[in-house]
This record gives sequence, C-alpha cells and structure tokens, in this order.
Amino acid sequence: MNHHRRLQLTKDGRLRHFIAIEGLPRAILLSILDTAEGFAGVGNQAVKKVPLLRGKTIVNLFFESSTRTRTTFEVAAKRLSADVINFNISTSSASKGESLLDTLRNLEAMQTDMFVVRHDESGAAHFIAQQVAPHVSVINAGDGRHAHPTQAMLDMFTIRRHFGEFAPLNVAIVGDLLHSRVARSQIHALTTLQVNEVRVIGPKTLIPKGIEQMGVHVYHDMQSGLRDVDVIIMLRLQRERMHGAFIPSEHEYFQVYGLTPERLAYAKPNAIVMHPGPINRGVEIDSAVADGPQSVILEQVTNGIAVRMAVMALTMGSYATQGEA
Amino acid sequence: MTTARTAPLPPVTEVITRMGHQLRERLAALAIQDPFMIGIQTGGVWVAQQLHQALQLPSLLGTLNINFYRDDFTRIGVHPMVTPTQLQERVVDRDIILVDDVLYTGRTVRAALNEIFDYGRPASVTLVTLVDRGGRELPIQADIVGLHIALSAGEQIKLNGPQPLTLEITHS
Repeated sequence: MNHHRRLQLTKDGRLRHFIAIEGLPRAILLSILDTAEGFAGVGNQAVKKVPLLRGKTIVNLFFESSTRTRTTFEVAAKRLSADVINFNISTSSASKGESLLDTLRNLEAMQTDMFVVRHDESGAAHFIAQQVAPHVSVINAGDGRHAHPTQAMLDMFTIRRHFGEFAPLNVAIVGDLLHSRVARSQIHALTTLQVNEVRVIGPKTLIPKGIEQMGVHVYHDMQSGLRDVDVIIMLRLQRERMHGAFIPSEHEYFQVYGLTPERLAYAKPNAIVMHPGPINRGVEIDSAVADGPQSVILEQVTNGIAVRMAVMALTMGSYATQGEA
Repeated sequence: MTTARTAPLPPVTEVITRMGHQLRERLAALAIQDPFMIGIQTGGVWVAQQLHQALQLPSLLGTLNINFYRDDFTRIGVHPMVTPTQLQERVVDRDIILVDDVLYTGRTVRAALNEIFDYGRPASVTLVTLVDRGGRELPIQADIVGLHIALSAGEQIKLNGPQPLTLEITHS
C-alpha cells in the first residue's frame, strides 16, 4: 500500500521506519538481508559489539507480552552499542490512564532516537510513526493481526541461508492464517522476493477469505499442500485471539493439521521446518519434528538478532546528513 | 620510493614483490614466527593475498570489513555489506600484519584497529600499505610502504583488481 511506502521511505528511498513489508521494494528487502549477513559475525567476536549506534537511545515500547521478540530486539540494540530502555505496559502509567500520545511525548522528551513498538491494535506502530519527531525511527515489533515485519525478514534470512536463492522455492504456511500478523508479513516478503510458489494450508475457518488476492494458493489438506515444498512454516494456534469456535478441539486440529514426521515426508527430502515461536507441542507441531534434523526453529531465533541489528542500523542511518559519499 | 605525479606508475606486482622482501626482513628482525595477516576489504585483501602467497605464511589470511566501525555513520549511514569480516585465526597474543591498499587520512586504519581489538588483544600490529598518498588526519603511519605518491585533496588513487592489479589516479 502506498501510504505505508510513503511513511517508511525517505525522499531518496532509504528505510526510515519499518512498519510493514507491504509496499517496500525488493531492493530494500535485499539490503536488509545483506546488511544482516554482515552483522551475523558480530556474535563471534570476543567483544560482541560494534560501535554503530553508540550514544543512541532506543525504547522498547511493548503494550503486549513478548519474550523472544523483545529480548532479541534488546540484544540487537546492545550489540550496536545503543542504550535500551524497556517499557512495559503493565508497569507503566498507561495502566493509570495516560494516553498513548502522552506516553510517547514523554518518552520523546527523554531524547529517544527509536521506538520499537508492539501493540495488540493493528496500526499502532503506523500511528506512532506519524506522530514522532522528524529524527526518530519506529520499528513495528507486531501490531494486532496486521504485521510483524522483522519476524518475516528473519525468516527470509533463514531461508536464504539454507537455499541461497528464492526463485526456485515452494513455501507452505500452515495453520492459523486468520489471526497471524506473521503470516501476512511473510506472504508479502515471499512474493516481493519472488519465490516460485506460496501456499497456505489450514481449515476454512482459519484461512481469511480472499487471501488468494495476495498471490497464494489455498489448500485444506496437508498431503496435497506439502507436496514438493522446500520450506514449511508452521504457525502457532493463537488461542488468546480466538473469541469463538474456530476449531472443534486442539486434539482434533493436531489430527488433521499437526506436523508429524509422517506428514513432513510429503515435502521435499531436504525441506526445512520453521516456526515463529512460541511452539505448542502436540497442537500444531509434533515434538519429533520440532526437535528433528529438518527443524531450523532455533536458528530463526539466532538470526533474529542480526536481522534486527540490520533494520535498526539502516533506519537510523537514513538520517545521515549528507548523501552517499 | 617516491613517484612524481607525471611519471608512469610502476607495475603493482613489482611493488608488492619488493614489499614482500621488506616484510620478510622485518619479521626476521623482530623474530616473529607465525604472524596473522589481515587484509582490509576490498583492495587491501588483494594486496594481502599476494603478500601471503609470497611469504608462504602458514596461517590463514583474514579479511576485515570495517563498515560497522567507520566514524562517518551519522553523516552517510550504513554502507552496503558485500563481504563480511572473516577472522578464522585467533587474534589474542598474535603478531598481526594489517594490509591496506591506500593510506590516506588514517581513519580506515583507526577503524580496523578498533575492530581487531574487539576480537582480542594482539601482541603487535604491523601496518603495510601499497600506497601512501599523504594527507593524514590522524597520527597513523605505515611500517612498510610500497609507493609514496603525494596527491592533493582533489585527486584520488584507486587500486583496480583483482586480476591484474593496476593503480589509477583520477582528478575530480
């Protein structure tokens, strides 16, 4: 969408905010992956830090609970030598009735350079990006059902590290597509990076109507959906967002859509299994698969640090006062 | 060797051969047995590859990409990262030979030293450069220099490569 693109890019096409994959050009996504490749080595240094964002203040603004996303953003910021403030809703004045905008103005008054925002309302990060001062960057760490762009990019990074290129790949996203902001961002990223085919697999109640318009093929059974697939992305069944009867029971869901070793065999022999976490063992994925040789779930977590470093460095670097030397 | 700006530039391989002899003498004089050679991306790596081969060094050649250590991030942002740093050898207590193609302001070498120290504390660092063009802004000098060429701020010298290596002077 154009309004995302306008907000996210500077006049000369640099990444200023990172709110959604939608509307970003392929070159920007590739530059994030390339920059992340450089940051991946920082973890091997004796001093696991580079001085790029020394003296910058980054606020993790989390209105919704998170473990790995908040932690990896914090590690990423610290490896860039930035100062990090973690601001959680449960312990903040928001629970005393302060509005989002007032909270924001107060944090800005503390000379914050970047906000990393997670919120259960779709559009929260976009709203904040429209309100911040001109030198401040906003990164979306998940907003409602809308987007989770850094998760999608760390998944793309993981896929590229395993296969080297995107063009020949068939990718299947399995499970609760309806409530998944991760899946929406992944679909935009996979189609922008031009993989061969994106499939979504799940029960009718958990696949949004009209999702084909995003350029994906819909399957309702695992056997046909997983055939010739290189990458299987399992989604978490988001029980906390379900207000109604979407599935008969978790047990029954696992019987039809759970990824077991037998179902994994439908995919290509070298297929990789991904999951954004946290995983529900025995609900969407069998432990034998989650802990098996084709699982790259923990690699995704490690890659999340380098990818978030890249997004932070690129957005902060967009405020450079001169053009490229 | 100082080259007048009007004189033709000597063949790069010839210069590197002479630098190899000087480096071998220096290592012998300092009794350095097993140095760890590191080239700075991109031109420094090309020069280092030839020196590494000429000296038949037993340890692997390291490559350094100083992008994340530059001092101009707030002016120009992140540079595209094509080849990341690769230091396969241990840095702690090693005698490092740091190789670059052109020594100018000294800022690249400052960044390289900072990055090396984030991998560990070396025993020593020897700085080798193919060309010293003058114009230093920091107190950094090379131990071995292939060519001294005094250039003004409006002139650039560039190493083209990797096969063959040639030097080119341009005026802006």
